[in-house]
Amino acid sequence: MNGAPALVPLPYSPDQVAARLGSDWQPTLRSAHRWMILARTLDARMQALQRQGRVGFYGAATGQEAVNVAAGLASRPEDWVYPGLREQLVALVRGHPLVTYAHHLFADNLDPGRGRNMPCHPTAQEVRYVSMSSVIGTQIDHAVGTAFALRHRHEPGAVLAFFGDGATSSNDFHAALNFGAVWGAPVVFCCTNNQWAISVPVTHQTAAPSLAAKAAEYGLPGRQVDGTDFVAVFAEVRAALEQARSGGGPTLLEFVLYRMTAHSSSDDPTRYQPKDWAARAVAHDPVARLEEWLGRNRLLDADQRAAVAAECESAVRDAVEAAEATIPPVPASLTEDVYASGSTGWTD
Amino acid sequence: MTELTLVQAVNRGLAEAMRADPNVVLLGEDIGLNGGVFRATEGLYKEFGEQRVIDTPLSETGIVGTAIGMALNGLTPIAEIQFMDFIYPAFDQIVSELAKFRYRSGGQFPCHVVIRTPYGGGIKGGLYHSQSTEAYFCHTAGLKVVVPSTPADAKGLLLTAVHDEDPVVFLEPKRIYRAVTGEVPDGDHRVPFGKARLVREGTDVSLFAYGAMVPPTVEAAEALAKDGIQAEVVDPRTLVPLDEAAILASVEKTGRAVVVHEAARFCGFGAEIAALLAEKAFYSLKSPIARVTGYDTPFPYALENLYLPNADTIAHAARAAVQAA
Amino acid sequence: MDAASPDASASARAGIPAGAGLGPDRILAAYRLMVLSRTTDERCLALQRQGRIGFYAPLLGQEAAQVGCALALTAEDWVFPAYRELAVALARGVPLKSIIDQLIGNSADLTKGRQMPNHFGFREFRFVTASSPIGTQITQAVGAAMAAQRRREAVVTVPFFGDGATSSNDFHAGLNFAGVFRTPTIFFCQNNQWAISLPRDKQTRSKTLAEKAEAYGFPGVVVDGTDLNAVYRAVVQARARAVQGDGPTLIEAQVYRLGPHSTSDDPKRYRTDAEVAEWKARDPLARLRADLAVAGQLDDAADQKVWEEARAEVAAAIEAGERSPPMPPESIFEDVFATLTPRLEAEREEFRALGRGTEGGP
Ligand SMILES: Cc1ncc(C[n+]2csc(CCOP(=O)(O)OP(=O)(O)O)c2C)c(N)n1
Ligand SMILES: Cc1ncc(C[n+]2csc(CCOP(=O)(O)OP(=O)(O)O)c2C)c(N)n1
Ligand SMILES: [Mg+2]
Ligand SMILES: [Mg+2]
Repeated sequence: MNGAPALVPLPYSPDQVAARLGSDWQPTLRSAHRWMILARTLDARMQALQRQGRVGFYGAATGQEAVNVAAGLASRPEDWVYPGLREQLVALVRGHPLVTYAHHLFADNLDPGRGRNMPCHPTAQEVRYVSMSSVIGTQIDHAVGTAFALRHRHEPGAVLAFFGDGATSSNDFHAALNFGAVWGAPVVFCCTNNQWAISVPVTHQTAAPSLAAKAAEYGLPGRQVDGTDFVAVFAEVRAALEQARSGGGPTLLEFVLYRMTAHSSSDDPTRYQPKDWAARAVAHDPVARLEEWLGRNRLLDADQRAAVAAECESAVRDAVEAAEATIPPVPASLTEDVYASGSTGWTD
Repeated sequence: MTELTLVQAVNRGLAEAMRADPNVVLLGEDIGLNGGVFRATEGLYKEFGEQRVIDTPLSETGIVGTAIGMALNGLTPIAEIQFMDFIYPAFDQIVSELAKFRYRSGGQFPCHVVIRTPYGGGIKGGLYHSQSTEAYFCHTAGLKVVVPSTPADAKGLLLTAVHDEDPVVFLEPKRIYRAVTGEVPDGDHRVPFGKARLVREGTDVSLFAYGAMVPPTVEAAEALAKDGIQAEVVDPRTLVPLDEAAILASVEKTGRAVVVHEAARFCGFGAEIAALLAEKAFYSLKSPIARVTGYDTPFPYALENLYLPNADTIAHAARAAVQAA
Repeated sequence: MDAASPDASASARAGIPAGAGLGPDRILAAYRLMVLSRTTDERCLALQRQGRIGFYAPLLGQEAAQVGCALALTAEDWVFPAYRELAVALARGVPLKSIIDQLIGNSADLTKGRQMPNHFGFREFRFVTASSPIGTQITQAVGAAMAAQRRREAVVTVPFFGDGATSSNDFHAGLNFAGVFRTPTIFFCQNNQWAISLPRDKQTRSKTLAEKAEAYGFPGVVVDGTDLNAVYRAVVQARARAVQGDGPTLIEAQVYRLGPHSTSDDPKRYRTDAEVAEWKARDPLARLRADLAVAGQLDDAADQKVWEEARAEVAAAIEAGERSPPMPPESIFEDVFATLTPRLEAEREEFRALGRGTEGGP
């Protein structure tokens, strides 16, 4: 057999990692590893539950963990996050309880979004993670507006706006990057280029040389980043947030990564992906790359790895159990929150 | 009290809101130095500066989309769409996002944006500077839809919109921006949503009209009075929420209803009023409900006067309703 | 779609064999078109003030860009204009009378009085009826190019738009599709430095508009839009690329809107006289006239004659246009659908019964 491509190792010495992550780089990496394993565990469990009909839908982010964890760890509490389809992990890393997210996935009575959105569309207001719609791209303008408001009120903080490669073709991408640039708003545009928009490969999405190159259209800096390299993503997100906070305006970061699962539970990628896609993706598995590096540098042994996995398994199991034990949203909630309660002038 | 035109009243309302709260910002096209193409924001750029009266790039998507983000983070943005005909690039943001944010987030991310836009015909604007498409917005749960017809209501409803908690589509009848003047209370004057205005009392037939259709409807009522027909004129002022009680009470009294709007008839707002009357005032009706509206065509340029309802066509329908029973 | 080619092409009107370069004779013909356009603008601004037409958007200052571009196209190419492309229409051979009829909205108007002035459309000249919403024609032009591609026609489609339109949704979608499908499209952006009151530098932070093309994977070029020949050459080049299958080009013609945005606009509110004067010194007409004079192609007497002919042509077209009767009232029900629907028929009946559109009717 000509075999699958070998795992691409992270190219850093410990000193180089320290230079990028700062003096507390070891706990940062351990924490990152734990979050990634949790995400993997959750993705695997939820995909299984979806097949069993216990949740209605699931959109995995397998392969995108490095970006989500890095964004969660590199951002500060005062920052805001506008997610795309696959950034739920950012909310968890920023402190949204796993069990609350499970309530959302099961659309039960304790879902902060009251069971109204499809799974994977959580609301996590307490960590400034904004509710999303399924409409591709719309959140990018919202991020710019929020960034404008932060600056307008002289508040600290910046905004992370996430979206996929497909979303770069949306109206909102164009409007938001243009407005963000003209206003010099404190926002970081984070494009997770997983190389697919459902069945459309990124090479058919645009004729641009790269997605990062699109920044030039708006007079903005744009950088391509290896999105399966936690260290690189962390450093880039932190630097771009810093620039945004200090009045330096927006940056477009393109995280190149690999969608390692189907688009969602409703999708069959064998219809359109080349046969070697999965193998290529595995060679860039962000979790395996980080684990390999940690192992090579004696920061993670098999026992520690097993302990993390067990801990994550039980956390996910507990969360799922709690959610499955919760009643569905109360029927009255169906007509609530359309307008503010007690809003002026209702006569019926 | 100050005597103002409708557009001046809008301007005063905006200034009032901005003085009262530094979190109120305006954004739109040509609203800064130029004062808006209808001058609704005249003088505001000078008073409040370019960080609060923001001339945006030419993108309605961007205007409404960023306004939403501002609202989520504590500002009260008032977006101007230069003409209602140009609101469609923002339709996605209004319908998919603005209207649904509160609901989908379980109430955690309410989104209070006011979108002002001049609407309606009669200014020789052809297909794209004349439309009256309030029905699209009324059909979307989560939006409030407001249409003033007098200067006092323009200011009062605008200030209510600014202090409301929900998204408001605020439609300004540009045809009567300068054609109507009236006394407008100074200061923080507010007109509640969901309360119709009884424009003229009558006993024989109820005429329902809003926005730029109110003046010709009143004119029709005056003409009818000369023939001994006492027409009541009711302006709902806010289409969502709708003052159903006032509409029902009027028809319970007169037994006859004529609904007037300049928008096309089919699935227009008049259909909602007609349905309300059929459902809840059926036994009070003496004659069929009539609608006097624009035709089910795009809005024409050269022949716009033949497209729009006017006092004669309204009076004609009212007479027919009275003569029918 | 009909493939019949219009006979009176731009080149024909200008007396140019299609495909040839813009030589001395053609430049003179181009100058005549520019003078005709300028004269029409000036007369129409006056007509609007007199209430004889309802609205007008002049193209003062953009004549060389429009004529230079139009003359580089063939009769088979498709033009997707905005509302300012009167000189493009003239250069494609549209009779001035047809344009004036549209401005008046009379019964001879090919768009049947349905649109505001300046929103022309001339199917025969593959000059697609404009709408007011900014930018929408850009995606449409790309679609027309995709259709031409399928039929392997050697034509290009040309959307015309302004600096403001580069912020529109359709600009983004249109250029992206064109890049992906490598369509034969020339995106012709007249950067007249203003989108009503918004100056170019507040529209976008990019240094030029042309460089936006790179985000879509094809070339963008900046050209001095007051230089007739420079525009012509840029379009000829882009056209050659497109018909060879090498894909689209974005051309940014840098010009200046010397007049108001439209008759509803007062530019004194937002720009200085000094700025206007600076650009007035680069008036494309004066520039071309000077070039022609230096070349010994146009003396004062000949120039005077060009202007007099233009004035006479405009006056005659207006006179004829104002003599045409208005649109028949019941025409408002036509062309909504291919045939009159029962609902519209009923509404027309109601309209008749009311006597609308008749002497003394409501
Ligand atoms: C406006 C809109 N059009 C179409 C869809 C259907 N849709 C859902 S996800 C998707 C692809 C998104 O691709 P990308 O932006 O790359 O994000 P990814 O799924 O790869 O994370 C499409 C077409 C949608 N949700 N919204
Ligand atoms: C979608 C949309 N929004 C707003 C308008 C109002 N409007 C008409 S022209 C114009 C400015 C256009 O500027 P530009 O694209 O530079 O063209 P120019 O008028 O300078 O030729 C605006 C904002 C419109 N017609 N369409
Ligand atoms: Mg993707
Ligand atoms: Mg312009």
